[in-house]
Amino acid sequence: MKRKWRRFKESYLLYSFKRDPVAIVSFVILAILIMLSILAPVIAPYDPYDVAGIDIMDAEIPPLWTEGGNDNFLLGTDIQGRDLLSSMFYGLRLSVLIGCGAVLLQAMIGIFIGLISGYIGGKTDAFLMRVADVQLSFSTLMVAILISAIFQVAFGVGRYEELAVPLLVIIIGFAEWPQYARTVRASVLGEKNKEYVEAARVIGLSRIWIMVRHILPNTMSPVLVISTVQVANAVMSEAALSFLGLGMPVTKPSLGSLINSGFEYIFSGSWWITFFPGVLLVVFVLVVNLLGDWLRDVLNPKLYKG
Amino acid sequence: MFAFIVKRVTQAIFVMLVISFIGFSIRQQIGDPVRDIVGERVSVEEREALRDKLGLNDPFVMQYVRFVRNALQGDLGHSFFFKRPALEVIFDKAPATLELVFVSSLLVILISIPIGVYAAINPRNWFSRLIMGCSIVGVSIPVFLTAILLIYLFSVELQWLPSYGRGDTVNVWGWQTGFLTFDGLKHLILPSIALSSIMLPLFIRLIRSEMMEVLETEYIKFAWAKGLHRWRVWFLHAFKNTLLPVITVGGVQIGIMIAYTILTETVFQWQGMGFMFLEAVERSDTSLLVAYMVVVGALFVVVNTVVDVIYGLVNPMVRVAGRK
Repeated sequence: MKRKWRRFKESYLLYSFKRDPVAIVSFVILAILIMLSILAPVIAPYDPYDVAGIDIMDAEIPPLWTEGGNDNFLLGTDIQGRDLLSSMFYGLRLSVLIGCGAVLLQAMIGIFIGLISGYIGGKTDAFLMRVADVQLSFSTLMVAILISAIFQVAFGVGRYEELAVPLLVIIIGFAEWPQYARTVRASVLGEKNKEYVEAARVIGLSRIWIMVRHILPNTMSPVLVISTVQVANAVMSEAALSFLGLGMPVTKPSLGSLINSGFEYIFSGSWWITFFPGVLLVVFVLVVNLLGDWLRDVLNPKLYKG
Repeated sequence: MFAFIVKRVTQAIFVMLVISFIGFSIRQQIGDPVRDIVGERVSVEEREALRDKLGLNDPFVMQYVRFVRNALQGDLGHSFFFKRPALEVIFDKAPATLELVFVSSLLVILISIPIGVYAAINPRNWFSRLIMGCSIVGVSIPVFLTAILLIYLFSVELQWLPSYGRGDTVNVWGWQTGFLTFDGLKHLILPSIALSSIMLPLFIRLIRSEMMEVLETEYIKFAWAKGLHRWRVWFLHAFKNTLLPVITVGGVQIGIMIAYTILTETVFQWQGMGFMFLEAVERSDTSLLVAYMVVVGALFVVVNTVVDVIYGLVNPMVRVAGRK
C-alpha cells in the first residue's frame, strides 16, 4: 500500500496534474459537486420528494437577492413550491448516478465485445465492428431517444416513471457501447501480437485467462480516457431525454427534468427555475470534459480515430 | 470500385431490413392496428373479425413479409391520431425539419471553415486559444439550454424575434417553405442558431486538427521551400486536402443533426418531424412512431452510404482495404 502511494507520488500523472491549473480547478469543482450529490440528503435544506413538506403557496418565489425573495429559499422555488436548491442537489445526485451507471454498463458491454472482437478476429470481428459502426452512424442520442420512446409506449407512462432510473441506465448504456468496443478492440489489436501474450500462450494458459488477465489490463489507459468523456456524454444524454419528457419524471427530477419544468415558465419571467439547474449541468459536464482533455493529453494513448 | 459500391449498397439494404424488422416487432408487440382503425368502442367479436380480415392472425414471418412489401410501396401504416397514412403525415412535416437542418448546416459551414483554418494557421495566437477554449464550453452546453437561453434573451427580454412556430409559410409545389416570407425567415433565425451551436465546436476542432496535420506534411514544407505565396500554400495546397476528411465526417454529422432537431423543435414548437415524433410518443401513436423510425433510419442509411461511396471514389485506399 505504502509503495503504491509512493509510486503514485512520483508518477508523471501527479506531476503534470500539479502543473496544470485548469486540471486542478476542474478536479476541485468536480470533487465538490460529487460530494454535494452524495451528501444531498444531509446538506439540502428541504426534502424535495416529501410531498407533505411542499406548500403550493411558496410557488415561484424568486432567488433571495432579487425583489420578492424569501429568506427560506436561497435560489427560490419552482412551480410547485419546492426549494430549488434542494431539488438541484437531488437532481445532480440522480444525474450523476444515472450517468455513472450508464457508463459502467456501456463499459462492460463494450469491453466484452471489444476484447472478443480484437482477440478472436476474423468473421466475428468483422460482424461485431460493422454492428458498432452502424449503430454509431445513427448517433447515440437518436438511438437513446428511440429506445426510450419505445420503452415509454411499451411500459406506459406510469410504469416507465417508476422504473425510470434503471431504464435510463439501460437505455444510455445500450446506446453508447460502440465507443468502448472500438477503443478496446483497437488496443487489443496493438497488444495481442506482443511477446508477453505469445509467452502466455506458450505456457498453455487458456484464451479467456490471457484475454482477461494479460491483455485487458494493458488496454485500460484508453478506456480510462474515454470513460471521463463518456460520463459527460451520458449525463448530457440523460438531461436531453429528461428534457424531452422521456426520462426522469417531474416528481423525481433530474437536472434535465428541472430544466424542462422551468422552461414553460420562462415566458412569465421565472428564469431561475431553468437557469440554475442549467448552470449546474453545464458546470458539471464542462469540468468532466476538461479533466478528460487533460487526461488524454497526459496518458496520450492511441485512440481509435473516427 | 463497382464491387465496393455493391458491397456498401448490400449492407445498406441489410441495415434497412434490420430496422424494418425492429419497427415491425414494436408494432406487433405494442401497437394495436385494430384500435388504430376503429378506436376503442367496438365489440370483441367485431375486433376478431377485423383481425382476421387484416391478416393479423397470420404467422409472424408472413406478416413481416407483408410489412416490408407495403413499406416498399410507401405504406407504413395508419396514424391513429391523424387518421391518415403515417408516411403522408411525416412528409407533411419533413420540409420544416429539412429547412431547419439546411440553414443550420449552412451556418456551421460558413462559420467553422474560416475560424478553423485561422486557428490552424495561428495556433499560438490569443484568438485561436480563445476559440479553442470556447469550443470546449460549447460542447458542454446542451442544445436545449442554448435554445432556451436564446428564447429568453431575444424573445422574452429584447422581444426582437419570435420564440415559437414557423411563422408564415408559402406552398411551393406541395413544399411548405418558410424561406420566401420575411416572417418565416425571422422564425428560422433562433432555431437554426440553436441547432448549429451543437455542431459548430465539433467542426471547428475537426477542421483545425486536420488542417494542422496537413500543414506538417512534406509537400507543404516543399511548397514553402519553393517560395510560394502563403495564401497559395494555405488555401490551394493545405486547405484542399483538409476538405476530404471534413466532408466525410461532416456528412455523417449533418445526418446526426436530425437527432438534435428533436430537441430544437421541442423547444421552439417547430412543426417538424421531431416535434411530431414526440407528440406521437405522448399519444402512444405506435404506427406513426414506427414510421418515423423507418424514415429516419432510411435517411441515415442513405446519407452514410452516399458519404462512404464518395469517400471510396476520392480515396482509393478505403475501397481497397474494404475489399481485403
